[in-house]
Amino acid sequence: MKTKLTASLLLALAFSVGALSQNIATTRDAAINIEPDPPKIPRVDNSDVKRKRAYPMQPPTIPHKIDNYQVDLNANKCMSCHSRRQTPDSQAPMVSVTHYMDRDGNFLADISSRRYFCNQCHVVQLDVKPQLNNEFVDIDELLRSARD
Amino acid sequence: MKETIKRYWQAISTPSKYYSLGFLTLGGFIMGIMFWGGFNTAMEFTNTEAFCTGCHEMRENVYEELQSTIHFTNRSGVRAKCSDCHVPHDWTDKIARKMQASKEVWGKIFGTINTREKFLAKRRELAEHEWARLKANDSLECRNCHDFEYMDFTWQSTRAANQHSTALASGEKTCIDCHKGIAHQLPDMSGVEGWD
Repeated sequence: MKTKLTASLLLALAFSVGALSQNIATTRDAAINIEPDPPKIPRVDNSDVKRKRAYPMQPPTIPHKIDNYQVDLNANKCMSCHSRRQTPDSQAPMVSVTHYMDRDGNFLADISSRRYFCNQCHVVQLDVKPQLNNEFVDIDELLRSARD
Repeated sequence: MKETIKRYWQAISTPSKYYSLGFLTLGGFIMGIMFWGGFNTAMEFTNTEAFCTGCHEMRENVYEELQSTIHFTNRSGVRAKCSDCHVPHDWTDKIARKMQASKEVWGKIFGTINTREKFLAKRRELAEHEWARLKANDSLECRNCHDFEYMDFTWQSTRAANQHSTALASGEKTCIDCHKGIAHQLPDMSGVEGWD
């Protein structure tokens, strides 16, 4: 039992060290003892164009700026456009119906407190090149390649 | 003693008996400039940021919050200080606002908001005063800089252009209706139109 644990720990360590050194090699522009200039702060995409979701359950990303949006006990700036009541005026997409459900599946009149902090799942996108290649494969692509 | 007072009173009630017309008109003119200038300078001083943040109620609450917003630092360096948004630029309106502000002196003396807790408890009421004031004057202080006549919708994001060219252009809405809490944090917004 003990040897098994030690072995698995060693294995995990070897993997993490491997992954770490690989990351450093690809994302760091300078030698380890040199502090490179930080990259410019990129712009937030403010195009208001809906993006494709990578998978059906993905929380949609935010296609606009959210600078200084206050989301706390006092106010929720996001909901001043995206709540059920405000969508006729704002023409913004209403937050999905799951946000009005409590964890037992009961529907509430207002947004559920467990869905209140929008930024836990929904984020803005920046105009940057990814530092590491993403090997994610879309489900459609996966199915297509399986068929062929 | 009584004689002295009597002599001064005579000179004040009928000055032309004792002083030449030239002296009186010229003296009046010069004193007028001095008093008027002094008055306006003193009033301008109460419009400075140093004066507003001179008390900790402003410095540690609203001024602190302003500093992270676009009205404090931004790409072009144009900055709005307290009085740009909270005091009308027009002279008569400014005097009226300054007279209202004497209530704030009262509040300072009696410590109405002298702790963070007291300030937060009163924040909704204070915010409502400002919303009502800006609603009543059609967001005049916003428009001192953000003039609708010179707004170029093509430089705005689609969403902003849509709102500004419809609701704002028709006069149906004014700046403060949508842009609440842009320079300071918001109080509890339950029941406020557009926020519930």
